[in-house]
Amino acid sequence: MTNKEIFLRGFFKENAVFTLLLGMCPALGVTSSAINGLGMGLATTFVLIMSNIVISLVSSQIPDKVKIPSFIVIIASFVTMVDLIMAGYAPALHEQLGVFIPLIVVNCLVLGRAEAFASKNKLVPSIIDGASMGLGFSMALTMLGAVREFFGAGKMFGITLYSENYGMLIFVLAPGAFIALGYLIAFIDKLRKA
Amino acid sequence: MEFIVIIISAIFVNNVVLMQFLGICPFLGVSKKVETAVGMTGAVTFVMVLATIVTYLIQNYILNPYNIGFMQTITFILVIASLVQLVEIMLKKVSPALYQALGVFLPLITTNCAILGVAIMTIQKDYSLVEAVVFSAASAVGFGLALVLFAGLREHLDLVELPKGMKGAPAALIVAGLLAMAFMGFSGIV
Repeated sequence: MTNKEIFLRGFFKENAVFTLLLGMCPALGVTSSAINGLGMGLATTFVLIMSNIVISLVSSQIPDKVKIPSFIVIIASFVTMVDLIMAGYAPALHEQLGVFIPLIVVNCLVLGRAEAFASKNKLVPSIIDGASMGLGFSMALTMLGAVREFFGAGKMFGITLYSENYGMLIFVLAPGAFIALGYLIAFIDKLRKA
Repeated sequence: MEFIVIIISAIFVNNVVLMQFLGICPFLGVSKKVETAVGMTGAVTFVMVLATIVTYLIQNYILNPYNIGFMQTITFILVIASLVQLVEIMLKKVSPALYQALGVFLPLITTNCAILGVAIMTIQKDYSLVEAVVFSAASAVGFGLALVLFAGLREHLDLVELPKGMKGAPAALIVAGLLAMAFMGFSGIV
């Protein structure tokens, strides 16, 4: 598989949220605005790329029996780094994302790519796989955040487009996350087949 | 009174699945039948309470005294992963019947973010040990309630004629949204 194919597969064809339905907790939990979705997506992308790099380099040295625990430790170290960096440089976003930053560690997407791709492939394809999966995840979260923000609060990336009074508050609240994602998945699926 | 507030809040008002979006993967994955949903709930309750107690003790007697709070994520996930293994091995020896019922769900629980999420939230909310146990048990009940209700709805969903594009995940998510809307009726009680 060429690098371009790997990238397109991760970004669109096997998009984490829209097709594989992985990483749904942060996808629903933090997307009350597009900015939050983007922030969460980029944090996950960083963890994905870094853990893919380390795992593709060291996996041949790890005995099979302790494979998954060692992967989890590697991922958890990078999650802790992201957590501390965000707390230091983007405290407002850190506050908004809250418990979902440490929870990147149990995002099935990260462990899934480590196990299914990085542990079996060389360095460069692993980086591309991590980047494409991460960017696809970021795109999905940003789209969902933008849709919810637009219908719920009349804004897009924090810029007011119409008065909040005409917005449907439900989209910013919990039920709106499920409903908006349901329609988005159906819509993307339709686009893919067309 | 305090305990009643914690229980009502964790089960209904701040339901882990429908209001806080923790444990969505098992919520969508194993909720096709009511029986499997009940089995999953049993396994989650067991592990969640145990994990919360252990992580609570670790946080307060190891991480805090030595000022290594930044190790929280790493230690907690390792504790949960090994706890799940331990429970699996013990259950196999002690109670084969229970293992039969819960066994298949146990490996899935390590990556259930509700477990780690509840453990971290317990620390953030500064609960005492007893409150932590009550909170985690109530959260698990809330998880189970959402899972069983949703499984019941999904069994009916199979019999309904849907537009082709909405079959599967989209319809399930929209039904989950309606269920979350129903749970919003509880907000303001506590």
